[in-house]
Amino acid sequence: MKTEKKRRLRRNTRRSLINYAIVIAAYAIVQALNAGGNIKSSLQGQLVPICAYIVMAVSLNLVVGVSGELSLGHAGFMSIGAFTGIVAATALQAAIPAGWVRLMLAMVAGALFAGLFGLLVGVPVLRLRGDYLAIVTLAFGEIVKNIMNILYVGIDEKGVHIAALEGSRLVLSEGGVPIIKGPMGAVGIAKLSTFTAGFLLVLVTLFVVQNLVDSRAGRAILALRDNRIAAESVGLSVTKYKLMAFVTSAALAGAAGVLYGLNYTGLAAKKFDFNTSILVLVFVVLGGMGNIRGSIIAAALLTILPEALREFADFRMLAYAIVLIIVMLATNNPTMQQFFAAVMEKVRGTFRELFQKSGETVKGGGDHE
Amino acid sequence: MKKFLALLMAAAMVLAMAACGNNANNGGSNANNGGSNANSGGNTGGQSDAGNTNGGDSTGAVTLKIGGIGPLTGDAAIYGNATYWGAQVAVDEINAMQSDIKIEYKFEDDEHDGEKAINAYRSLQDWDVDVIYGCTTSAPCLAVAGETFADRYFQLTPSASSTDVTAGRDNVFQICFTDPNQGVTAAKYIAENKMATKIAVIYNNADAYSTGIYEAFAAEAPNQGLEVVSVSTFADDKNPDFSVQVRDAQSAGAELVFLPIYYTPASNILKQAKDIGYAPKFFGADGMDGILTMEGFDLSLAEGLMLMTPFNAYATDERTVTFIDSYKKLSNGVEPNQFAADGYDCVYAIYEAAKKAGINDGMSHEDICTALISAFTDSGFSVDGLTGSGMTWNTSGEVSKEPVAVVIENGIYVNM
Amino acid sequence: MSFLSNVISGISLGSIYAIIALGYTMVYGIAKMLNFAHGDVIMVGAYVCFFAVSAYNLPPVIGVLLAVALCTALGMLIERMAYKPLRQAPSLAVLITAIGVSYFLQNAALLWWGSDPKKFPAFIVVGEQNGVSLFGGQLRITYVAIVTVVACVAIMAGLIAFTGKTKMGKAMRACSEDKGAAQLMGINVNATISMTFAIGSALAAIAGVLMCSAYDTLLPTTGSMPGIKAFTAAVFGGIGSIPGAFLGGLLLGVIQIFTQAYLSQELADAIVFAVLIVVLLVKPTGLLGKQIQEKV
Repeated sequence: MKTEKKRRLRRNTRRSLINYAIVIAAYAIVQALNAGGNIKSSLQGQLVPICAYIVMAVSLNLVVGVSGELSLGHAGFMSIGAFTGIVAATALQAAIPAGWVRLMLAMVAGALFAGLFGLLVGVPVLRLRGDYLAIVTLAFGEIVKNIMNILYVGIDEKGVHIAALEGSRLVLSEGGVPIIKGPMGAVGIAKLSTFTAGFLLVLVTLFVVQNLVDSRAGRAILALRDNRIAAESVGLSVTKYKLMAFVTSAALAGAAGVLYGLNYTGLAAKKFDFNTSILVLVFVVLGGMGNIRGSIIAAALLTILPEALREFADFRMLAYAIVLIIVMLATNNPTMQQFFAAVMEKVRGTFRELFQKSGETVKGGGDHE
Repeated sequence: MKKFLALLMAAAMVLAMAACGNNANNGGSNANNGGSNANSGGNTGGQSDAGNTNGGDSTGAVTLKIGGIGPLTGDAAIYGNATYWGAQVAVDEINAMQSDIKIEYKFEDDEHDGEKAINAYRSLQDWDVDVIYGCTTSAPCLAVAGETFADRYFQLTPSASSTDVTAGRDNVFQICFTDPNQGVTAAKYIAENKMATKIAVIYNNADAYSTGIYEAFAAEAPNQGLEVVSVSTFADDKNPDFSVQVRDAQSAGAELVFLPIYYTPASNILKQAKDIGYAPKFFGADGMDGILTMEGFDLSLAEGLMLMTPFNAYATDERTVTFIDSYKKLSNGVEPNQFAADGYDCVYAIYEAAKKAGINDGMSHEDICTALISAFTDSGFSVDGLTGSGMTWNTSGEVSKEPVAVVIENGIYVNM
Repeated sequence: MSFLSNVISGISLGSIYAIIALGYTMVYGIAKMLNFAHGDVIMVGAYVCFFAVSAYNLPPVIGVLLAVALCTALGMLIERMAYKPLRQAPSLAVLITAIGVSYFLQNAALLWWGSDPKKFPAFIVVGEQNGVSLFGGQLRITYVAIVTVVACVAIMAGLIAFTGKTKMGKAMRACSEDKGAAQLMGINVNATISMTFAIGSALAAIAGVLMCSAYDTLLPTTGSMPGIKAFTAAVFGGIGSIPGAFLGGLLLGVIQIFTQAYLSQELADAIVFAVLIVVLLVKPTGLLGKQIQEKV
């Protein structure tokens, strides 16, 4: 019994470590290629959004995969984070000249704000189930989009001013600058996000999510997902644990929003609509529910895919839709799954043979980690 | 059936396995894996591009690569396609001339989204673009303008009319009127021609273009002795029902309804006003142009509608007629609107400026940017196009051309 | 009088939402999946009718029938190709596939029919008039609105009768309760699900034609937002419940128009969705939804 538990724990730890290793290796390889000028400009421009989407996918996975609640409004938290972060970064421009410090503070502000909204939304709605929760989160996302669309924020020497509905209500003194201009969104953002910042945020996200999942609380969340009634009957508080996952996820989405928002000189609230929420959900489902590594890979690949399909010109989005359907069919149809499993087993067998031939050193290395 | 499905799955499998294979080789680097995907996808296109460049060089003429960005899919596809085809007409005309400058033209989709617009811009960079033509819509254009300003590319937008696009950026120019300019012009026009004093406005408060015009209009109206009796809004075209807005204008007793919106929702408003038997004067901005060309549109709804459009598709001068003819060949019969004409003029403006600046093949995009900026802001530089003659630009990138208002009579534009 | 006008606008908009929501709820009730492609089937239906009437000059009735027939076939084809292979898969996988189908339909329509908006012909007219005026022209009701409301009530009544009385309808209800047990009772579950999609898609075609008759702009993305709104309406009323979808759709339309008329146009969407959240917090399974059975 005890050894069984120990082995399981070690398996979790190893899985987490592999995830860190993958992300670090990816970062190192991209940086190395970049230094050699081997990365096309089109891919280079996508590095930061890819990091943001990875964080979005991993954080949504915490709600959808680990906690088992369908959320269709994750982009709403990203939006709150992004605009909070933009205002924070602009407001601190004079006080803190160092870009990375401002970016970090903006991310903290964005995460706190989004987390706060996660709490406000989560407390009343988490007692809803299934599709009803889904529709409430969808409604939340639409509300955020609607409000951001009529929000005007500016800054002058007296501080930050906020107005709603019409730009003429935003009265700034001479020398004041508008930061958010309603439907035009945030204008004149100083770009602060870098690939390295994105990479660090991904690591932090992995650290937070994996430790939460592997903790006592994480096991409680999983238990509630798998059998709520049984879990409740042994005294686990549904609200507490579901809320823990939900708020953590919202805060991380907020941080991702800051990373995303500060990567562009202009950002409109329209970006964070239902389609973006769905896009992130696609990453999670395609990567596998509760599978953190899957989320990372799916987010990266599916962000690049539409760009890779640019050669199809007019047929690009059609091709994207077809690929999406085929991949979903291929990964979820039982017949196909068996076929996949058989192929993978064969591939694994070949690898095992290869490793056995090359000796025990590889295995030993794995244990040390 | 089963066999077909199985085949389909097998095909998908091969794709998936290829991806897995890459994954293993690269030590699980996902980003890198995607990069190789992009490369393999780009093979065919890349080769043909290379061929083009060589062809351009061998004729001895200077080759100028213009890269366009705009929405070809999604909600705003109609506007992006218009700018795409409109510019294509000009490119074909210029390349057919005995000119020293040959233009290579490529247009990328931005789905009316900032992130995708940056992606489009980056992929144009990979194509060694010289000049950026776009974006079609304001919000994506703002994101791209920040990049082109930092990277030093010359950028000319056909239709991103927000002043935020050009503000503080010396490299970004517009060929369309700015939003505030249109709002002020509309107020003056209505007052000077004594069309009405009680005005209602219906605008799209989720759209930067519409909000920009409205705010300038609302600020200018009192100065012109106009009374705005009703202001109502809608958010994009997501709610097809405009009955509340129309009734609001009606019950406020507005004699004229100002519609600073695009023609698609405007056509719905015209219909719903007729449905409730409300017949005020309607006045639109340049986004209204195109309303007559919609397939199946009841032209009687637009009778008497006034709009400020720089482009008159019913003009009979040779250039307009040729343009419409060539455009419809590209667009599969869709009629051009002012977006298309703006696009056409953009290419000619770039071409004229490039000729004036003496662009040559040895110049980097930074050099071209500097040369074109000084050509555009030169006091002697002016361009004649479909949307105005003698267009000039100031250093802030805004165009100066004569505003034209037309009224629709018997299904065509008549100058007012 | 403007109050009455608003009520009428709300009911006619709500009826359109209700017809779409009825399709949503049928499919959800039996197949237990959120068919996000439903809104795009609406768009296809409207395009088919548009081309039949405008381009081929067919009589409007033929156009509507053609739209219904083609959408029914399309719905069954989608079910056969995209959803049936995933019968055993987790419901989210089917949801994502539905989203893929939705993207596919939108982009195929964009390529095939172009991005330029089409204006739907006004064919619900009597003589030259498209509506009746009451109270000396102060209140005007279009024939489209009347037809929509009548169609909506008829469809709801028809569906209730169908699921309550006919053999096929009973089979549907059995499948909705317990697929395994239904199969053991000799019900062909696959055929039943296929039939459900056929009915849902036929309703989508009707909704598409009526929607575009009332609000006449037709674009490849026309169906997506009404689809989401109708999905909201179906959940609002209690998803899976036929009278619930009807009630939810109607209320959503009325709330939307009233919010615009009396509260705020800028915040209309936010307020409508906030009302929805509040209602669901008070009644967590929607207005007429069944209580979720807790199985231990």
